[in-house]
Amino acid sequence: MMKSLPITIDSVRKAYGSYVALDDVSLDIRAGEFLTLLGPSGSGKTTLLMALAGFVRPDRGKLLLGDRDITRLAPNKRDIGIVFQNYALFPHMNVLANVEYPLALRKTPKAEARRRALDALARVKLDGLAERDIAALSGGQRQRVALARAIVFEPRVMLMDEPLSALDKNLRETMQYEIRRLHDDLGITTIYVTHDQREALIMSDRVAVMNSGRIQQIDTPQQIYDRPSTRFVAEFMGEANIVGPGAARRIDGADASHETLMIRAESFHLDAKIVGRDGVALEGTLRAKAFRGENWLLTLALDGGQEILVCIPSALAGGCAELATGQRVTAYAPAAKVHPIPGAVA
Amino acid sequence: MLEAYPDNRLARILLWSFCALVLAFLMLPTLVVVPLSFSASDLLEFPPRAYSLRWYGNFFGSATWMAGLRTSLILGTLTAMVAVPLALLACISINRLGGRTALAIQGALLTPSIVPGILLAIGLFFVLAAQRLVGTLFGVLVGHVVLAIPVACIVLLPALARFDWNQVQAARSLGANWARAIGGIIVPQLQISLLSATLMAFLTSLDESVISIFVASGQNSTLPKLMFLSLRDQIDPTIAAISTLWTVIVLVAVLIVSLRQKS
Repeated sequence: MMKSLPITIDSVRKAYGSYVALDDVSLDIRAGEFLTLLGPSGSGKTTLLMALAGFVRPDRGKLLLGDRDITRLAPNKRDIGIVFQNYALFPHMNVLANVEYPLALRKTPKAEARRRALDALARVKLDGLAERDIAALSGGQRQRVALARAIVFEPRVMLMDEPLSALDKNLRETMQYEIRRLHDDLGITTIYVTHDQREALIMSDRVAVMNSGRIQQIDTPQQIYDRPSTRFVAEFMGEANIVGPGAARRIDGADASHETLMIRAESFHLDAKIVGRDGVALEGTLRAKAFRGENWLLTLALDGGQEILVCIPSALAGGCAELATGQRVTAYAPAAKVHPIPGAVA
Repeated sequence: MLEAYPDNRLARILLWSFCALVLAFLMLPTLVVVPLSFSASDLLEFPPRAYSLRWYGNFFGSATWMAGLRTSLILGTLTAMVAVPLALLACISINRLGGRTALAIQGALLTPSIVPGILLAIGLFFVLAAQRLVGTLFGVLVGHVVLAIPVACIVLLPALARFDWNQVQAARSLGANWARAIGGIIVPQLQISLLSATLMAFLTSLDESVISIFVASGQNSTLPKLMFLSLRDQIDPTIAAISTLWTVIVLVAVLIVSLRQKS
């Protein structure tokens, strides 16, 4: 087991001319944690990763690996394993030479380097491909070589920059599972960058949602999804309805909340009995309906004019097929799934 | 290109004739020297009335010509060895720097290939004179390196523009300093371009005469300089023999490099 280290990012700022890529970002990553930086392109997540790697020098702020300040340390002295988006394998070396490369740089004795490289290849299930040329590998195999090369020198931290974005959907799901398993086996502190919210939810211990160079929220996947702290996070994480005060009424007739509420499309039911008396009801006119296989997606126009999305699982959607556009429909959501967003305006 | 190929018979004949003419104008002045070099006569005459190898014997038997050949080959090798690494480093910086600064540096590096050779030679003469380097091999080498760097850059810049720089970042993250990343990752993958750049730098030095005339002297005289001097003093077919040998050397070098590029 490798000894992994915590990472401290302390008020890091980076600007390119007038464009602020990182706006005083602070973040503590625990030793052995799997943390995902999630955000749209241009949100600063890759810049932050490259600052940790040493390829971007912050204008201000500090980066600590354990209690060592690495802000100005050269990339080759940081001992951080990096998996790049396009793999960045060396095409003039075969698989084994690629994986042995970091060990050769560290003057590891030949026999030991060979043994460790083969171990790393076995860990990523590439036994038997050691002598292959890089050009002869599939995308998934290249990804595995990149992983083996990044772990073989036992770095104390791993950085991954959208490593699965070039793979097709099925392979991506397999690799998500395998990267997470590799992380759990090695216990290595990992920072993972992606713009895919499902990937972030599936893989992470904690997710940091970034936008415009700032961390919007950092929390466990479930908290991020159910209890977003800003409108941006709510909408980035899935089909979210943000409704203003007064749009929703309490089923039991009590005073409704005077805050802006976030209700996810899939939190709705069409049957008030499932929801409970402390839930909320939203009534509107059916504008459109679509059958998506595992669920129905209904678009309701509320009386104030705002449209909301209502997603009903096919198994519970008895009456959905018969609904006609123009018909009045009431959607109910249980209290536990109604989340106030302070400060947001619908 | 294929659509531009004429299917009319007459047009095709015209096209081929035109191509043959262009090639003839390009090649004949070079090729006319070959029979001249095998002439038995004391004068440059075409066509030669009798043939001999005496001018080749004259060339290989002359200590002066041999010293010139040696100087030229040493100088060409040294020029390539100094200019190509410098050009590679310069091109890497230009590529990584980007923007207007890089463009300005690139412009400055390429000026020696634009400025008239005679101006460069005069300027270099004064700079070297101040350092008491006129007449030394080192002085000529400096001049040739200045001329060879832009030539090498023109070959290397497009090759680096196509290079996947993530590989260098990967190498750096795996523990390579800049020198090892360049030597272990960039150089092996740019082999072909580096070979072309080396050949071009070598040929630039081999072919250069103006700087050599101004700066080289005595036993450091290059072959082109000696040829110019000999043309001024006496005209005999030794020049033709040297030119023929020269053409063969260059052709062989280019052939070797192009064959290696194909394989």
